[in-house]
Amino acid sequence: MKETKSKKLDPEKVMERIAEASRPTVAGVEEKDVRHWVTIYVMGRGYSVPADLTILTAMEYAGYKFIRGCGCRQGFCGACSTVYRRHGEYKLQTGMACQTRVEDGMYLVQIPFSPAEKASYDISKEAYKVNTLLKHYPELARCVACNTCTKACTQDLQVMDYIQAAIRGDFETCVNESFDCIQCGMCALRCPAEIVQYNMAQLARRLYGRNDRPEPKHLTDRLKEIEQGKFVKPLDEITKKSKEELEKLYYSREKESD
Amino acid sequence: MTKKIELAPENNKLCEKICSISGEVVTMCDQCGTCSASCPMAAEMDINPSEMMKMSQLGMEEVLETKAIWLCASCFTCVVRCPRGLDLSKVAEALRQIKLRQAEDHMDIKKLTIEELEGLPQIALISACRKFTG
Amino acid sequence: MSQTKIAYYPGCTLKTTAKNFEDSALAVARALDIELVELPKWNCCGTVYSLTDDNLMYHIAPVRNLLRVKQMVRDELVTDDHRMVVLCSMCYNALKRTNLRVKENPEDLQKINDFMYLEDDDYELNVDVIHFLDLLKEIGVEKIREKVVKPLNGLKVLPYYGCMLLRPKEVGIDDPEEPNLQENILAALGAEPIDSPYRKVCCGSYLTVDNKYVVVELAYKILSHAQKAGAQALTTSCPLCAFNLDNRQKEIKEKYPGFKNIPVFYFTQLMALAFGLSNECYGFDLHHTKPEPLLKEKQLC
Repeated sequence: MKETKSKKLDPEKVMERIAEASRPTVAGVEEKDVRHWVTIYVMGRGYSVPADLTILTAMEYAGYKFIRGCGCRQGFCGACSTVYRRHGEYKLQTGMACQTRVEDGMYLVQIPFSPAEKASYDISKEAYKVNTLLKHYPELARCVACNTCTKACTQDLQVMDYIQAAIRGDFETCVNESFDCIQCGMCALRCPAEIVQYNMAQLARRLYGRNDRPEPKHLTDRLKEIEQGKFVKPLDEITKKSKEELEKLYYSREKESD
Repeated sequence: MTKKIELAPENNKLCEKICSISGEVVTMCDQCGTCSASCPMAAEMDINPSEMMKMSQLGMEEVLETKAIWLCASCFTCVVRCPRGLDLSKVAEALRQIKLRQAEDHMDIKKLTIEELEGLPQIALISACRKFTG
Repeated sequence: MSQTKIAYYPGCTLKTTAKNFEDSALAVARALDIELVELPKWNCCGTVYSLTDDNLMYHIAPVRNLLRVKQMVRDELVTDDHRMVVLCSMCYNALKRTNLRVKENPEDLQKINDFMYLEDDDYELNVDVIHFLDLLKEIGVEKIREKVVKPLNGLKVLPYYGCMLLRPKEVGIDDPEEPNLQENILAALGAEPIDSPYRKVCCGSYLTVDNKYVVVELAYKILSHAQKAGAQALTTSCPLCAFNLDNRQKEIKEKYPGFKNIPVFYFTQLMALAFGLSNECYGFDLHHTKPEPLLKEKQLC
C-alpha cells in the first residue's frame, strides 16, 4: 500500500505494460509471418487482425487502448464484456473479450459497464426469510421466464433458474446456480424485466453463507492462529526477503492439488 | 356540459388500437349495463365498465386517464355475463397496455414500504407487476 | 392397484406463505393413494394469464412449465402421462388458459417453441392442466367420506371460490354461477357448507399491492356476509384470496372495530383434519386469524 501512495502510477502506462506482457501471440512476430487473418468490425469499422487473437488483443492490435473495460485478462474479473454477432447470424452473442477468439466477419462492441441498482443492507441485521430477496429486489417479481438472461450469460450459468429460485425464497438453489458469476452485467442489460440478477445473487450468497452454512472449522482455527500471533514472525521474515529469494520461494511453494 | 363527438374515422383509432391489442370489437357493445351491475369494483370506479365501453366506442382517449381501468382486477365476472359475448377484461387490459407501452407505469414497486414488501405474498407482487408495470 | 403418480405444479407462493396449502394437499393426496410428483424444474407461471393478443412474451412462462411433463413421462416419474395437477387457483387459471390459447393458435406455439430453443423438448400440446379439485371430483366423495376419521360435525364453512377457479367458462372447474365442488367435499367431511352469493365475488386480488383499501372493503363485505349467513370459517384454494381474506382482517378490524375475526382455511387443511393426518401438515402458524380456538371449540384439535 505504501508503495502505491508514494510512487504515483500512471494507469495508462500500467495497462500498457500488462497488455504487453499478455500478448504472446503477436509479440515478436512479423506481420508477414502471420498466415491467417480475419476481419472484425468494431463499432462498425472493419479491421484486419491475426486470426488467433482474442477480441481484447485484437482490439489492441487494431490500435485501441484500454484503461477501463479491461481488468484481469484471465476471464475472472468480468470487466471486458462484449456483445457480438457473427456474420449471417441473427443471434446476439456475448463473451468476455479476453476469453473469446475473434472470428471472421464478427461485429462487436464492448459493454464494460452495466448501470445497476444495488440494495444496501446490514448483513448482520438482515432477516433470513423467504421474502428477504424480494424485499430488497422487488423487481424480481417482473421475471417473465423468457430465459434471455441465461442466453446472455458469458459463464453459461442457468441465470433464469436462480432468479426463479430467488422468487420463491430457495436460497440454496439460487446460491449454487449463481456461484460462478463474475458480475459482467450482460444478464441485467438483456433482461426485459430490468432485474439486476448478479447483485441480487450476491445478497443471496451472503445471506446463505451467513445463515445456512456450517461454520468452516479450518477457517475458525486459522483465524484463532492469526489472533494468537502465529504468523507475525514468518510474515516479518518474508517481507524482508529480496526479489530473487521471493521468486525462488514462490516457485518452490507447496501447490494445492486439484 | 355537452361534448360534441364526431363519429369520424379518426375517432376509430382508439377502437382499432384496442382491437389490435385485445382482439375485442368494442362497437359490439349495446350498453345493456350487465357488466356495470356485475362488477365488484364498480362502486370504487370513477366511470363504470359500460361507460368504459362507450368511451372506447366513441374514441375518447380520456378513458385512458380514468381510475377505472386500473381498478379492474380481471375477475371475469362481466366476461361470463356479457350477452354480446364481449370480453371486457381484455378491453381493460388493452387500455392499460396502451399506457404501459408508452413506458407509463401505474405502480412503482420501489415506493412500497419494507413492511409491505415483507408481508406481501409472491403471488400478489408478481401479478401486480404484470398488470401495473410495463 | 399401484399408486397413481401425477405431475404437480406448485407455484411460488405454495413454497412460502401458502406452504400449509401444499403440505396439507400432498398429505391428503397420499391418504387417497395419489402421489403428486413435483415438476423437477419449474418456473413462476406469471400468476395472471396475459389478456393481450399481440404479445407472446407473457405466455412463455406457462408453456415452459407445460413442456416439463414430457420429460417426467420419459423418466417414468409419473404414471399419468398427460395431466398436470395445480393447487393454486391463479396458477391453475394462467396455465390452463395459456394451454388453451396455444392449442387454438399453433403459430403462436411454434413461435414460443422456437424462442425456447435451449429447452430439450418442444411443447407438443400433450398436457391437460387440472385443478386438485378436479382430481378429487374424479376420485368421488364416497372415497373421501371413507377416509374421514374425525368428522367436522357442527363446523359451518363458507366455501369461497373467488374468480380463478370459475371464470372464464372455458377454464372454470364448475358452473360459474352455481359451483358445488367444494360444498360436496365439505359435506363429505361432515361439515355444513354455507351458501352466500359472495362465495364467487372477487376479493380484489392484486389490487392489494397498490390499493389495499379497496381490498379491505371487498374482504369486509365477503367476510361479514359469510358471518351473517352463519359461517364460522371459510375455505379457499387461492393463496392470494387467503392473504386478502385472512391477513387483511388486520386492516378490516382497524376500519370496522366491530368486525369479528374469522379463520380462513385452504380446503385441503380441513380435509387433512377430517382424515386425522399428522399435525405437521396444517401450518396454522401461517394464519393471521388463528383457527385453533374455533377448532378447539368444535373439539377438532
